[in-house]
Amino acid sequence: MGVSTRCRRWAWRALVGASPILLTACGGVLDPKGPIGTAERTILIDSLAIMLAIVVPTLLATMGVAWWFRTSNTRARYLPTWAYSGQLELIVWAIPLLTIMLLGGVAWVASHELDPAQKLASDKPALEIQAVSLDWKWLFIYPDQHIASVNQLVVPAGAPVHFALTSGSVMNAFFVPQLGSMIYTMNGMTTQLNLQADAPGHFAGMSSHYSGDGFSDMHFEMRAVPAAEFQSWVDATRRTGPVLDAAGYADLAKQSTNVKPSLYRDIDPALFHKIVSQELPPGPGPRAEQ
Amino acid sequence: MFGKLSWAAVPLDQPIPMIASGVVALGIFGVMALVVLKGWLPYLWREWITSVDHKRIGVMYTLLAMVMLLRGFSDAILMRSQQALAFQSPGYLPPEHYDQIFSAHGTLMIFFVAMPFVIGLMNFVVPLQLGARDVAFPTLNSVSFWLTATGALLVNISLVVGEFARTGWLPYPPLSEIAYSPGVGVDYYLWALQISGVGTLLSGVNLVTTVLKIHAPGMTYMRMPMFCWTTLASNLLIVAAFPILTATLAMLLLDRYLGFHFFTNEAGGNVMMFMNLIWAWGHPEVYILILPAFGIFSEIIPTFSGKPLFGYRSMVAATMVICILAFMVWLHHFFTMGAGADVNGIFAVTTMIIAVPTGVKVFNWLFTMFGGRIVYSVPMLWSLGFIVTFVIGGMTGVLLAVPPADFVLHNSLFLVAHFHNVIIGGVLFGSFAGYTYWFPKAFGFRLHDRLGRAAFWFWIVGFYLAFMPLYVLGLMGMTRRMQHYDVPEWHPWLIAAAAGAALILCGIMLQVAQLVVSIRHRESLRDETGDPWNGRSLEWATSSPPPAFNFAILPNVEGEDAYWGIKQHARDQAHSNEEPEYEDIEMPANTPTGVICAFFATFMGFALIWHIWWLVIVGGIGAYATFVVFAWRNETEYKIDADEVAKIDRAHRRAIRAHSDAALASS
Repeated sequence: MGVSTRCRRWAWRALVGASPILLTACGGVLDPKGPIGTAERTILIDSLAIMLAIVVPTLLATMGVAWWFRTSNTRARYLPTWAYSGQLELIVWAIPLLTIMLLGGVAWVASHELDPAQKLASDKPALEIQAVSLDWKWLFIYPDQHIASVNQLVVPAGAPVHFALTSGSVMNAFFVPQLGSMIYTMNGMTTQLNLQADAPGHFAGMSSHYSGDGFSDMHFEMRAVPAAEFQSWVDATRRTGPVLDAAGYADLAKQSTNVKPSLYRDIDPALFHKIVSQELPPGPGPRAEQ
Repeated sequence: MFGKLSWAAVPLDQPIPMIASGVVALGIFGVMALVVLKGWLPYLWREWITSVDHKRIGVMYTLLAMVMLLRGFSDAILMRSQQALAFQSPGYLPPEHYDQIFSAHGTLMIFFVAMPFVIGLMNFVVPLQLGARDVAFPTLNSVSFWLTATGALLVNISLVVGEFARTGWLPYPPLSEIAYSPGVGVDYYLWALQISGVGTLLSGVNLVTTVLKIHAPGMTYMRMPMFCWTTLASNLLIVAAFPILTATLAMLLLDRYLGFHFFTNEAGGNVMMFMNLIWAWGHPEVYILILPAFGIFSEIIPTFSGKPLFGYRSMVAATMVICILAFMVWLHHFFTMGAGADVNGIFAVTTMIIAVPTGVKVFNWLFTMFGGRIVYSVPMLWSLGFIVTFVIGGMTGVLLAVPPADFVLHNSLFLVAHFHNVIIGGVLFGSFAGYTYWFPKAFGFRLHDRLGRAAFWFWIVGFYLAFMPLYVLGLMGMTRRMQHYDVPEWHPWLIAAAAGAALILCGIMLQVAQLVVSIRHRESLRDETGDPWNGRSLEWATSSPPPAFNFAILPNVEGEDAYWGIKQHARDQAHSNEEPEYEDIEMPANTPTGVICAFFATFMGFALIWHIWWLVIVGGIGAYATFVVFAWRNETEYKIDADEVAKIDRAHRRAIRAHSDAALASS
């Protein structure tokens, strides 16, 4: 473990040394704002450190050997038949094997600790959100608040959020880089994701799986706000705006690009279920435009 | 009469594809006019197009790859410049065009650049290294090549007639289903790959049989050069994996053409099944490409270090371990599908285990150089560039194999940087190394050295400038396939990446210049002895270029590094071998079966894409009938007289003797 912590310290120093990259990386996965993203960054840097510990010496040795044994170097020993050494073979197999055993252990444990479907430990109840990817926008349903939004996601800071996700047409992936874990959305199926924003802030969200011509504009703004502000946002939303029913959904499911954020004051409570069960049919694709 | 095809299919209103295809068409017609006017057509038909000689077919595969590399790279330039320009602006390529470009780029680079490049080199080199006269099934070899060319042709026709897929290089449903992609783009993709896929599978069968069954006397398995071993592993993977691709694409075709529901949203279709199947082919495909490259480096590094390959048996074991593990890792391509911690964990570990034999290979190349006398030739430069680049790419690959890291990096530009890091740094550098190394064997003269060095340096600096920023962008949260974006922090990195692509362009232009200059100065670059690099394996034992029958007398192999042994033996006895008894040699006769088959297959593919059913029937019957006619032919071989063999071989022996006399005189 001593080696591992030392490696980690070196990795941090290397990262600080590369601070110009870090600074510009603001907003990315190296600048997480929640527990999942933070844990994933740690795994990322630890794994990198473990590998660098073997990769850097290997690269230096390669370049060193290649340079020292150049033809013009008369001091280098020429061993024209040297092609086997049992001890070296053992080391050659052992080094990558041991590294991979360590790293495989890290991956196995981390895979379990950071399973996207796993509920986050918190004293606060998780906010339920049902996310639906459509051509080419995101629909967020708040089943307990009876409201919905398009391309805009407001959540209380410091509380866990549980997402149930599906697609109203083709595959997409839900991703807010600063909060961590992305997950695919697929029609007729539900995926699970648990995230949390530690403090209030604005985070860029996107689809991170190519889904057609309008894909590049399929991003949304995620806002984490204090609990009280969240409640007042919900109350305000419930007073104005249209209602999302089957007809409204059919309209929304048609292809459209660069959709402005909007809100719905009320929803059909079974809407998400109807989309997943295909009672509401998947988006019509390009043919509906004609 | 013409199905869905009409004049509306030609994008006359879009200047970029029209100009591009105009230039290409002009180039093709120019070359064809030159060939006809100069009267070269009969020669080309007799000696190349209908050739079943593995060397000629290998050269044609490689040529196809290099021409398609130019097409695929122009797509790359378009993408890099679009992303450099499209900050808070639509750029100059609208989404419906940009989406075709990145789909075509990936499809071309994998199926019609990387694949034909490595298959071409395997075809050319392996029978020579084994001390064989040809591959196991020479006519099948020709069919394989021409079907691959058909696929490449169909992809390029889509530039002018209709459109290409807008789904990415792997057409994930339901986006690729008829409901979401009603155009002909996906059909172009599917039929091009189905037809060329048949060629690839046949080529795999051919090379597996060749490596297993066709050997010079004494060439046991454990004496085969490493490149033969990696060829065996790679082609075993082709034979096992390509049927999965064909079946998967066939299911998608059934969905699109006959209303089946394998992968649709409705009626019980399952998109996850497509992803499982396509990656059950797709991950072995990565190793199909990289294993031959490993083999190439395992030939070049010993030659230019003046020593045998270190740990030969270890290398063989590592190769075969990779071959098996390649089939056990495909799920890491969709950790983000929500399969659960156990499934993800298991596939993370299996993926990492592949890094063990790969690491062994890197260490063995290192120890091969240790104690050597390293000559910094161009192939050696590519090899060293490969080791450094590939180790970095392998490291980021293992990083992506850690599920929680993948959860934030999947589909990002970090991933794009990773696979270019291993495919360019591994497969392409390997192909360039092999191209430079074996070029004198194929044509009898070396490639120009200084231009080759300059090309290498532009490529490697350009590569790092183009792809290191992509790692940073991935960490900044930029996902792949963005037609435009409005994050200011991304912009400078994308401009840097575009500058890198421009450097690579310089590298490619230098490679073209190198080829032209080398042909013009071929007399001064002549390889007289057939052994320009002081090689160790049997391909260097024959003349450059080798005669049709490769070896006048099949060499007698007495150990690893067969030709090195023969040379040592000759030196010890202070004279080159006594003249042997020459015998008549029977060689397979050339046949136009392959090219005629592919001619009909091209029409059939085009007709299937455009629903021109009568032409489908004509093409199908034509291709089938060609096979039947071939099966019934009487003359399958022709004889080369012993006198003729002796004449050719004596000339080669004279050249070697003259050369060694000259070397003695000068020393």
